[in-house]
Amino acid sequence: MGQQALSHIRICDFTGQLAGAGATKFLAAFGAEVIRIEDPLNEGRWDILRGMPPYKPGQQGLDHGGAFNNHNVNKLGITLNLRTPEAKEVLRKLVAVSDVVTENFAAGVLDRMGFGYEELKKIRPDIIYVSNCGFGHSGPYVNYKTWGPIVQAVSGLTFSSGLPDQPPAGWGYSYMDHTGAYYMAMAILMALHHRNVTGEGQWVDLACTEAGAALNGPAVLDYSANGRPTRREGQPHANHSDWPAMAPHNIYPADGDDEWVAIACRDDDEWKALAGVIGERWTRDPRFDRLTGRREWQDELDRNIANWTASRGKFEIAEACQAAGLPAAAVNKPEERIDHDPNTEAWGLWPTVQQSAMGDVRVDGIPVHMSQSDWSMERGGPCLGEHNEQVLVDLLGYEQADVERFRQGGVL
Amino acid sequence: MNGPLHGLRVIEYADERGCYAGKLMADMGAEVIKVEPPQGDPTRQFEPFLDDVPGPERSLYFWHYNTNKQSVVLDLDTDSGRDAFRALLTTADFLVESMPPGYMAERNLDEPDVRPLNGALVYISITPFGRDMPSAHDHATDISIMSRGGITWMNGYDDHSLPPVRGGGNQAYHTGAHYAFMSGLVALLHRDRTGEGQHIDVSMNAAANVTNEAGSYTWLVAQDTVQRQTGRHAAVRPSMPSQVQCADGRWANTGVPPRKPAEFSRIHDWLAEAGLLDDFAEAPLLQLGAERERIDLSRLSEDEELQAIFGAGRNAMTHIASQLTAYEFFTGAQERGFQVGIIYSPEEVLDDPHFKERGWPVELEHPEHGRSFTYPGAPYRFEKTPWSLRKRAPYLGEDTERVLASLGEASAGNAASGAPSTSR
Repeated sequence: MGQQALSHIRICDFTGQLAGAGATKFLAAFGAEVIRIEDPLNEGRWDILRGMPPYKPGQQGLDHGGAFNNHNVNKLGITLNLRTPEAKEVLRKLVAVSDVVTENFAAGVLDRMGFGYEELKKIRPDIIYVSNCGFGHSGPYVNYKTWGPIVQAVSGLTFSSGLPDQPPAGWGYSYMDHTGAYYMAMAILMALHHRNVTGEGQWVDLACTEAGAALNGPAVLDYSANGRPTRREGQPHANHSDWPAMAPHNIYPADGDDEWVAIACRDDDEWKALAGVIGERWTRDPRFDRLTGRREWQDELDRNIANWTASRGKFEIAEACQAAGLPAAAVNKPEERIDHDPNTEAWGLWPTVQQSAMGDVRVDGIPVHMSQSDWSMERGGPCLGEHNEQVLVDLLGYEQADVERFRQGGVL
Repeated sequence: MNGPLHGLRVIEYADERGCYAGKLMADMGAEVIKVEPPQGDPTRQFEPFLDDVPGPERSLYFWHYNTNKQSVVLDLDTDSGRDAFRALLTTADFLVESMPPGYMAERNLDEPDVRPLNGALVYISITPFGRDMPSAHDHATDISIMSRGGITWMNGYDDHSLPPVRGGGNQAYHTGAHYAFMSGLVALLHRDRTGEGQHIDVSMNAAANVTNEAGSYTWLVAQDTVQRQTGRHAAVRPSMPSQVQCADGRWANTGVPPRKPAEFSRIHDWLAEAGLLDDFAEAPLLQLGAERERIDLSRLSEDEELQAIFGAGRNAMTHIASQLTAYEFFTGAQERGFQVGIIYSPEEVLDDPHFKERGWPVELEHPEHGRSFTYPGAPYRFEKTPWSLRKRAPYLGEDTERVLASLGEASAGNAASGAPSTSR
């Protein structure tokens, strides 16, 4: 692909895992030159996803981690042993030609490596520095460590994902690693725009718990304005909907092992439509005619609907409800939405990239299409040190002999 | 100090599916003009209401999602309303709309229709499936998108007779809005360089699908299927529980249990400090762990003593948790280097010392109520162009007259149908 929206942007990238790497993956998909820096002494394993399963059948190893590849598509990768003065010099040269420095270390780590924000500014006065960690770079918890599930716990997202009289169900994945990466990408892009306008760089301190806690805004206001906490009898009920008020609104069992279907009625007319689809006598109970009654008798309503759904296929139910104008959907398993949903296929949502060790492998694409500067993904995540020569020689002007010397000397 | 989007004008014609994208822009300094139909945005009718009294200016949901925005009432079903909307777009940098596919085209307001008016406009459309997808006209709401998009499959309990669980807080809407904003910013940078606007097609279903972490790549890479588990990652093979209930009834996520010799030493010391050592029969195993030179987890399956040590580490965490409040357990563990998280309810962060010290809870004045209310604060901290809450969500149509007048008499005309509301 020729000129892309961000192909004039270079990022000196210390990020890893998903919370950081996901951000620079998004930018790389739009053409940004992202150069990942990894520590050769621990084989880049600060990013615990490097070399971790899932693997393609018959493969395993440092350069074969499926998650690592997924989050590092289109990036270049170099190794730098920053304990050595030569590596520090290489990094200084790289920062000098970079627009942005990104990291998601624990607070203070980059500083201790000798490349805190004040140092970065000395190398390049208009540098943009975006740090990303659970609790940010100030405050009583500045030294606390997190990963996605901890961020979700503290920010209220784990609590609000649950059913009454049960422990928190939480999120069965690191929602806040994805979403922390989204906020990091926003921060980088906004800082770049500001630099375009004014010429000045800046530091953005992203604390994922703060981004996460803002994702339950109405609940926070219900407490601060009405004094009503979410921690109360009968709450949370994440499969019901109070905001906006809908009933029925739940996930119901369908025919088969662990098969489920989500059904919601947004208003009284949609309830009438659902009653028509179900066609059983109980649906004509006048208690259910209006939203207030359906909310008051919601548990009974849910039991009746579950009795009806339990003997029917989830796709058959969803289709019948959709035909009647209702927002219903099967709870899709990974295979069903990845390999059998015509929408994800038509979108091109799972592009195949070529990774040097893994070969062809499918990855998460981007859920937007842009008419003038769309994304593309071709190259898989870098093997450890895969682009050492390309970056040092072609970009930073070192001689081939320097690279060889650095290799021998434990610099790369 | 102004936000980084200061000087940019955004027209928003978006309901609950898109209003968060507009808020993210407005809170970073953009001038966001929310165009509402004469009866008002539907989310003005969403609970919760202030003091539980319904009213178009009392929805706390609307308050949260529309901070810093202006409200202009236009009836896009009339010629004059559409004319005024076009005039607005002529002055705009972004349009964020979340109408069903076809809605804007039927009104001659789709991207090709308005492009001649403003070549630099970034026109963002947020729809459940994308505009041209096979299911473009399917009906959708948050729980259906989270289900079809794979997220509910992974959230829930070890007991699979309990249903999968939607994460609370309308997160499928948020995820679509996040991508709308991120891609809008990419378009802005493209425009900074080329002067060219464009159309962005955002699919909420696709956004949910690529916000599935291991659920997706485990299938893409290895064709394995993750299964949901209580309070922890859905996985192909079951993993150990990670939530504990503390002495005050609240829960905590125990994170990563002790794995290194120094960690076994620290948890042993913690038991001693808390006076819990005598109650904990496996304490000698913790000492064994502490005395090992190194611990190789890859040998776990063949090293029975190591298995016992590892189990004792987990049990020690659970035992300590059961004797302390969740907050004591959280801070005590973190001070000792263990990644533990207290499971707060959403409002409990307001009283947390860390959130308070960083100024996360933000007071916003509501002059009509003669007081301020506490709002969620900044998701990121910009050194030079900070996030800010400057103004409460707009009353219906309160900016109609001023904004239309600024467009010039010609286009103002009778554009607003229905007088701006003054009711509270």
